[in-house]
Amino acid sequence: MGRYVIRRLLQMVPVFIGSTFLIFFMVYALGDPVAAMFGDRAPDPATAAQIRRDLYLDHPLWQQYLHYMGQIFQGNFGTAFNGQSVTELMASAFPVTLRLTIVAIVIEMVVGIVLGVFSGLRRGRGIDTSVLLLSLIVVSIPTFVSGYLLQFVFGVRWGWAAPSVAPEAPWNELLLPGLVLALVSLAYVTRLTRTSIAENAHADYVRTAIAKGLPQRRVITRHLLRNSLIPVVTFIGTDIGALMGGAIVTERIFNIHGVGFQLYQGILRQNSPTVVGFVTILVLVFLLANLLVDLLYAVLDPRIRYA
Amino acid sequence: MPESYVPKEAIGHGDGGSAALAIGEAESLERRPGAAPPGAGPPAGVPLGKPRSLWSDAWHDLRRNPVFVLSALVIVFLVIIAIWPQLIATGNPYRADLAKAQQGPQPGHPFGFDTQGRDVYTRVVYGARASITVGVCATAGAALLGSLLGGMAGFFGGWWDSLLSRLADIFFGIPVILGGLVFLSVVVSTTVWPVVGFIVLLGWPQVSRIARGSVVTAKQNDYVQAARALGAGNGRLLLRHIAPNAVAPVIVVATIALGTYIALEATLSYLGAGLKPPTVSWGIDISTASTYIRSAPHMLLWPAGALSITVLAFIMLGDAVRDALDPKLR
Amino acid sequence: MTDEDGRPTGVARGTATADTALLDVRDLRVEFRTRDGVAKAVNGVSFRVEPGQTLAVLGESGSGKSVTAQAVMGILDSPPGFVTGGEVLFQGRDLLKLRKDERRKVRGAKMAMIFQDALSSLNPVLSVGAQLGEMFRVHEGMSRKEARGRAVELMERVGIPAARERVGDYPHQFSGGMRQRIMIAMALALGPDLIIADEPTTALDVTVQAQVMDLLAELQRELTMGLILITHDLGVVADVADTIAVMYAGRIVETAPVHQLYKAPAHPYTRGLLDSIPRLDHKGQRLYAIKGLPPNLTAIPPGCPFNPRCPLAQDICRTDLPPLYEAGPGRASACHFWKETLDGAR
Repeated sequence: MGRYVIRRLLQMVPVFIGSTFLIFFMVYALGDPVAAMFGDRAPDPATAAQIRRDLYLDHPLWQQYLHYMGQIFQGNFGTAFNGQSVTELMASAFPVTLRLTIVAIVIEMVVGIVLGVFSGLRRGRGIDTSVLLLSLIVVSIPTFVSGYLLQFVFGVRWGWAAPSVAPEAPWNELLLPGLVLALVSLAYVTRLTRTSIAENAHADYVRTAIAKGLPQRRVITRHLLRNSLIPVVTFIGTDIGALMGGAIVTERIFNIHGVGFQLYQGILRQNSPTVVGFVTILVLVFLLANLLVDLLYAVLDPRIRYA
Repeated sequence: MPESYVPKEAIGHGDGGSAALAIGEAESLERRPGAAPPGAGPPAGVPLGKPRSLWSDAWHDLRRNPVFVLSALVIVFLVIIAIWPQLIATGNPYRADLAKAQQGPQPGHPFGFDTQGRDVYTRVVYGARASITVGVCATAGAALLGSLLGGMAGFFGGWWDSLLSRLADIFFGIPVILGGLVFLSVVVSTTVWPVVGFIVLLGWPQVSRIARGSVVTAKQNDYVQAARALGAGNGRLLLRHIAPNAVAPVIVVATIALGTYIALEATLSYLGAGLKPPTVSWGIDISTASTYIRSAPHMLLWPAGALSITVLAFIMLGDAVRDALDPKLR
Repeated sequence: MTDEDGRPTGVARGTATADTALLDVRDLRVEFRTRDGVAKAVNGVSFRVEPGQTLAVLGESGSGKSVTAQAVMGILDSPPGFVTGGEVLFQGRDLLKLRKDERRKVRGAKMAMIFQDALSSLNPVLSVGAQLGEMFRVHEGMSRKEARGRAVELMERVGIPAARERVGDYPHQFSGGMRQRIMIAMALALGPDLIIADEPTTALDVTVQAQVMDLLAELQRELTMGLILITHDLGVVADVADTIAVMYAGRIVETAPVHQLYKAPAHPYTRGLLDSIPRLDHKGQRLYAIKGLPPNLTAIPPGCPFNPRCPLAQDICRTDLPPLYEAGPGRASACHFWKETLDGAR
């Protein structure tokens, strides 16, 4: 087990370097961070050169990248161009997004699994067909559309939820944004659970469980569900990272000052240290979530042993 | 390998509404050819009806599937108006009449006007072109690149396989919308090609995984081993025995991806990083309209509806095709 | 002779004379409703099993033998499978008329089933101890600890070495033979009166097959249970079974005490099955094979379902469905020409 973890961690290194370098390349090589600082005004050449030197931008790109990574591993993410340190921005943004992600994950887990089990057990009947169709429709409506619609209906028309979230982002105000963020994944969890349940419902071990005279409830929860949820749990695990990085739209709609919001601002203003710093952390979260999922596998499915 | 179980569909999870469907579901396609699930049909070994080939069987099912017929009709309609929008919209999508800004429906203008007093109906019709172009081109690119690279990885294995898998991991590791924002915010072009290029860049790994998986499965099939033992060359093996096995899963993934790519384009355009005016795009129009959702919701609803229906049509088509091609899920 | 349902009378009763047999199946009918039509998998099957007796049900795949077992056990996949007629009298009670939860309590406790592929039939993510103990916990409300103790006892009983250490292991950690022993242990757990074993040794190595079969036979004798042994393997049957019922296209085509059937089959199909066994004393001769394929169950041919493949088929076989003719004491054959077949064999 220990060796497996180490092997996986080592495998993650090139992926981490590749992903972060790609982003680094896009931000620093395709764009011009110094020009961006001056906005529409043409910068004074001498000042610009000075800034370049200060920011280590006068070196070849790979050296800049190494320098940057070296700084990051010392905990220095640099300073946003407005003078605030990027770590400060992170400290205020990540807890908010984390809460939003938790709300979303809980919603997609509970609702998705329940719907998936119901439709999977009634494969081919009315409820199954409607759930499948509904999940397709949900997947087809882009988040920025469903976000505005739900905000309009629940927040503006009916006043059930706050249409925009306070800077402290309390849990209750995050319910509606969490639902919006969860919607697409929710549809996936439903479909995944449904497929898995429908496939396993005819498995030999389920037949055995019935032949043992177990009550239906026990057959479903202890035998069928336990096996069927393995792929679902995996999906939800990988989704954690994806949701955190993907919350840009939701955070924009509901004016939540989280990671997505900061990133969006950073990209608009070409605030390079903010963008690269946040993305680096997100890539890390994504990779660690994947590792966690792999390890969770061994717990859920004893057939898998890591050498 | 535990990794192979993990559905790492990074493309557009979370929020862009662009997630690739069929995670796990498409994966099950890799395990073809599959028999009916045990016990689902009559007992094994019962010959039922005359045997039909996978494709003719699938076509037979599809023609009778209302979901398929409906979504195919919608798509045909969309393609036609993408090519000839004048057929159903005689107006000019750019003509602005500020006096009518944000006004609701009136005779000759069933969807009302936008903030600049342009006819929403005409703009919704003209918006189809950008969406369909991006969707079709990006899908074609991602499917070609992905099946080529994935097929080779699966067929040759070895270092080539490891290299491509790592490369795919790198692209999976980048949150899609984020990558799109960063990449496209520095591009000044107003054409659709940067968006298409970006989607191909982040979309191919998904196709390549599916293609690789089915090639690996096919390679292990007894009949392929037999053909190899009989001295069939690599080219013949690939073309006659292995490629046909990978085609069905790739088609399914690509059809569904087409829908999600359209949603992704709209999301990027909405965030200001995708298509740029003067291109008429549903994403841009929705973005503009979102500010006025309280006073003039019609400006948002029509393009949003058109976008959702387009995405839905492609996803439903892919779903129907998958059901037809995957005998296991009947 | 047969009664109006075509049900054999005085057939397969073994030694018992009591009116209520352990299991008395009467005119059982099962069909599968699929998109491709209705497959009539079981078409009026009747048989009896007495305590301590072994009935072997023999047939090719698709002959309806497993479906019959599943219908008796009440684990038919429904839909698409439906019991459309008949009675399953178990200790005098018609199981088909029981309420769902009453039927469930019979399963596992009074009648238990052993499946072919123990690897897929055991739950891969639960330890064998948990799966064995579950029987006691659910049916007898034992505590987790007690149930575990009983699981160890059971494992020892079926000859699993180091049972106490292995009770927490998972199915994939056992060998094929050991897994099948665990399946047997699970079936035995609550001391059932009837065990249905569906191809219990097919998935095993030949050497292990004999051990598992012997274990099953020994336990059955010791506990005087009824045993229904479903198999396509004539070799397995000979030593263990008292009576054989041969199935074809969802019907019993011949029943007979085991040795009589081997000595002189009264149905051309049984004859064909026996002739297709390779034999050392017939070395060098061409192996016999029944020509053709089993019929499509959605379109069973009129007359005798075996007629397209039968070497003896006459016009009557293509028009008239043969009833089960009494073909001597304790035996019956659904062939218009059972006498000729029997005589030809002698």
